[in-house]
Amino acid sequence: MDIEKHKPTSDKGFFENLKPVTIPFEEGILQTLKAGDLISLTGVLFTGRDQTHRRLVALLDEGRDLPVNLQGQLLYYVGPSPAKEGQVIGAAGPTTSYRMDAYTPRLLELGLKGTLGKGSRSMPVREAMIKHGAVYFATVGGAGALLSKSIIKSELVAFEDAGPEALFRFEVENFPAVVINDLEGNDYYEMVTAERLGVKYEKTI
Amino acid sequence: MKTVQSSEITAAVKKLAMSASCDLEPDILDAILAARDREKSPLAKNALDMLVTNANIASREQIPVCQDTGIGVVFVSIGQEVFVEGNLEEAIQEGIRAGYADGFLRKSVCDPVTRKNTGTNVPAVIHLEMVPGNMLRIGFLPKGCGSENMSGLVMLPPSAGIPGVEEYVVQKVKDAGSNPCPPVVVGVGLGGTFEKAALLAKRSLMRPLGNPNPDPGVAEIEERILQRINREGQGVMGWGGVNTAMAVHMETYPTHIASLPVAVNIQCHAHRHKEIEL
Repeated sequence: MDIEKHKPTSDKGFFENLKPVTIPFEEGILQTLKAGDLISLTGVLFTGRDQTHRRLVALLDEGRDLPVNLQGQLLYYVGPSPAKEGQVIGAAGPTTSYRMDAYTPRLLELGLKGTLGKGSRSMPVREAMIKHGAVYFATVGGAGALLSKSIIKSELVAFEDAGPEALFRFEVENFPAVVINDLEGNDYYEMVTAERLGVKYEKTI
Repeated sequence: MKTVQSSEITAAVKKLAMSASCDLEPDILDAILAARDREKSPLAKNALDMLVTNANIASREQIPVCQDTGIGVVFVSIGQEVFVEGNLEEAIQEGIRAGYADGFLRKSVCDPVTRKNTGTNVPAVIHLEMVPGNMLRIGFLPKGCGSENMSGLVMLPPSAGIPGVEEYVVQKVKDAGSNPCPPVVVGVGLGGTFEKAALLAKRSLMRPLGNPNPDPGVAEIEERILQRINREGQGVMGWGGVNTAMAVHMETYPTHIASLPVAVNIQCHAHRHKEIEL
């Protein structure tokens, strides 16, 4: 590949001027986040996608304990590719979030405070987020190689047999994201639509 | 008659699988760069910049461009004068199995009933086509399913005409929103039957990006749909701007007098596709 020709216009690109956010979330921080804010996440998060969610909710249905305490945590929708020798993790970008919508309200009831993926959420999830004081972030899909550089430690927590759908604990540093749904019920995708149509943005929820 | 050993096929498919996942083809990189250059929305421009950086890191360090290294879709065009020594289907599946294991690619294939992961990324979906000559062409499209899930097919009444076709495609991309990782590539299959339209849509994604359909009438439809999609303004990752789609590829086939099948197969910006000739 011609690296020079394909040089980014800025070395930092998306990583510039981001608002730092520590995870698990500190008291009061979520109130300061507004739909459309660019943020940079640092701290600890858990991962999960389709089968992870199915299993977590199955455990709840059976009245059993979950392998992790989700109180105050951020759940990242990702199924990473395997790490090579010397790597923390393989590619690890976001997967599409709506597939988790069927399960998300149950996890929000447990005190989960944020989710991270790509694409929009259903109305029931948005209502549950407002009810439980949680937010939703998106990051850049298809940038799994670059995003893996913001993951400094990875540890398997549960569901190893699910392969890429296992539950991992990640330590992240300056992981970039956009606030899509804030505590007030704003939705960044709908804000973009309103701007495009030249109409005043009004909350749909 | 030309003889091709099944071991050669396995080796070729393995190589295709490994390189496709980490090295974006120049046509895709050029399209992403062109999108970045015409983008006005600062957030979308930043995201496109990030994709360029991502492609560089992926290629340099041989990390997959995207963690969803897909379910393998393999197009095999086999010349009538080619004799394959051994089992062609098994040779291809073995190449996928080896490529995904040795390339540290994600194994994303599971049983549709039990959802149990096969652990090997096989079976791939193989489309065989007999053609004249003595060449064996293998095209590999590792298909991520964030975009695949946004696809659709409709059997329109012929009265809907081309305006109806265009409307369906535009609406499909609009409904997909930010889910399929825009800027997308839109594959359209028009005509044939139910299954033929779907296959045409998929196959159109193997065309070098942005090359118009050789039929000027079809090329015009492609261009019109592309302009309409990009005027919708959802943009890169749904964050606004002028780059919702990088290209629309349409393939057509004669259809029944009662029918107008339209299939839309959406592909993400990490449009990995490679071909090899044996």
